Amino acid sequence: MNALQQYIDLYDESREVFEQQSPDLLNALRREARELLQVARLPRKGSEDYEATDLESVFAHDYGVNVNRLPFDVDPENTFHCDVPNMSTCLYYSSNDAFHSSATAERNIGKVVVEPFCMAVDDYPELMKAYYGKLARMSDPTVALNTLLVQDGLFIYVPDGVVAERPIQLVNIFNAALDMMVQRRLLIVVGKNASLKLLACDHTQSPDYQYLNNQVIEIVALEGSTLDFYDMEESTPLTRRVSSIYVDQREGSNVLIDGITLINGFTRNNYHVEVNGEHAETHLLGMTIASGEQHVDSHTFISHNAPRCNSNEMFKYVLNDNAVGAFAGKILVKPNCPRVEAYQGNRNLCGAPTAKMYTKPQLEIYTDDVMCSHGSAVGQLDEEALFYMRTRGIGIAEARRLLMQAFVADVIDGVRLDALRDRLHYLVEKRFAGTLSNCAGCMAACKKNQE
Amino acid sequence: MLVIKDLQASIEDKQILKGINLTVKPGEVHAIMGPNGSGKSTLSAVLTGNPAYTVTGGSVEFYGKDLLALSPEDRAHEGLFLSFQYPVEIPGVSMVNFMRTALNEKRKYFGQDPLSAADFLKLMREKRSIVQLDNKLASRAVNEGFSGGEKKRNEIFQMAMLEPRLSILDETDSGLDIDALRIVASGVNTLKSKDNATIVITHYQRLLDYIKPDFVHVLYKGRIVMSAGPELALELEEKGYDWIKEQVDSQQ
Repeated sequence: MNALQQYIDLYDESREVFEQQSPDLLNALRREARELLQVARLPRKGSEDYEATDLESVFAHDYGVNVNRLPFDVDPENTFHCDVPNMSTCLYYSSNDAFHSSATAERNIGKVVVEPFCMAVDDYPELMKAYYGKLARMSDPTVALNTLLVQDGLFIYVPDGVVAERPIQLVNIFNAALDMMVQRRLLIVVGKNASLKLLACDHTQSPDYQYLNNQVIEIVALEGSTLDFYDMEESTPLTRRVSSIYVDQREGSNVLIDGITLINGFTRNNYHVEVNGEHAETHLLGMTIASGEQHVDSHTFISHNAPRCNSNEMFKYVLNDNAVGAFAGKILVKPNCPRVEAYQGNRNLCGAPTAKMYTKPQLEIYTDDVMCSHGSAVGQLDEEALFYMRTRGIGIAEARRLLMQAFVADVIDGVRLDALRDRLHYLVEKRFAGTLSNCAGCMAACKKNQE
Repeated sequence: MLVIKDLQASIEDKQILKGINLTVKPGEVHAIMGPNGSGKSTLSAVLTGNPAYTVTGGSVEFYGKDLLALSPEDRAHEGLFLSFQYPVEIPGVSMVNFMRTALNEKRKYFGQDPLSAADFLKLMREKRSIVQLDNKLASRAVNEGFSGGEKKRNEIFQMAMLEPRLSILDETDSGLDIDALRIVASGVNTLKSKDNATIVITHYQRLLDYIKPDFVHVLYKGRIVMSAGPELALELEEKGYDWIKEQVDSQQ
């Protein structure tokens, strides 16, 4: 049984179409991916790092693939007003697998480059060639599949020394009247001493169809650069996502990645960070709120390849109903990397006896003179605190909500974008109150309700 | 207002309360004293509905309602308040959010609209001054990092906010220095009226110098074995509990 076979067959049948429509750079790697997929298989459920997650069943469904790049009749800018108030971001959309810029993108002129690969290969050939496909590892069959089928992607580039004034916001929308898989692909290059705040949010506008986003994001943070990347998912129970983020951090860079899952169906988030220069700082944060049948699995790997770097990792899960959460995190400190400080934490709250959490913290250290720690805990709501609140007249449901919200508060407070932080507190409050419905124009709807 | 009849309760199959009888009327202050392990804190836990305890017999009426049939939150709405011996720390929940939620849940119970933010803050300010609770504490997480004295003052502050009809002060004097004790006691006395009542659970006479009881009861082995006026507390301070224990044990 190989769930990927159907997509390999599709590629073999339509190989010419793929190659005609894509830049050579993508096609070159595509051939390599095809060879690898000849023998590669998805990891079985229960195998190392896939203890709770069955990728085979995620890919087994017969999703449509938009081989011919047919345009969808969607107009995200007018049907989807996703804007976090007071953030005044430069807004870009991807609807299914096509990119659109919005009117607000004009705010960005001359500062940060945001353009599809098909343009970037001509405008920034050296950068594209230097970094596309260089970080992502095709030993992961899902990455190979993305590379095999991807026809375009989004290139985000902050030139050396440029401090992006406004955050860039990328809204990914599924909106198609058929079951569909897309290969989203991002390449982010933050130049020397440059700075960027990026917010990506995943939404699904048609809750009745099954979607799979098999995405790969490559991030290069050059010397002295700063990147904040907030990656928020607020989709539907039928939306699946397999995401792999690869980061190359150079000397003195500061990267924060915050993965937030509010509503989803199935999610596997892989984070692979290579810390390659001294004095680099890495913040990897995660917050998952899951109920119903939601499944959220995060897998992190931080490799300290240089001395005198800090990394700080904290993932929190709140699980209710039959939700399943998984976290596996590994920190590697390579030989000759003294004075590395690396901390990893995973705290989980199971609000129902039927919710399940799997957690696996790992440290692998080959240098003396480092400070590393990991901690992992799964617990229930504090009965004493619940009773205390009830004696003050706070009903059980409200008391539970307050405690769950309090549990994730510190992860939200780690957000370095003020407007987003406030917004998240609000969205999470709504999520726990059960009034955050699926994403169909969620932020827009909230915004309208507020006004 | 409160009529307790033959109340029996256990925790993990261990019988703690073995038949409590007590009647409290508006305007009264009752002190419940007794040696360690006699069931004083269990009584307060059972009255407020702590799910760790099981009521095995007897009845409690509160303003004509069957108190034991109500959830802990509804008991609070009906006007029952417990000042905890060990107030619970709730990291991440701010005092403001906590108190506003509590007040608004009560208002909802009585079909009233939520309090406006401005009215709420005004009320907070007003009530805070009763126990000289610092504004900084009010803006922090519930009891988190509070000193022992601050926690107890915070309990009385919450009592002031919620305006209960019956307050149970469980060992409110424990862990307090003399200044904090005075502040807490004066807070309680300020809130006292002819319409509300207080049950003071304490080991020592000390607190009763400040909060004058009308009745003093001695709880021993799960029963009230002696009830008298305030003079009993003084006698206990002087002679200890042994003479009562002997008296009770010889009767059995």
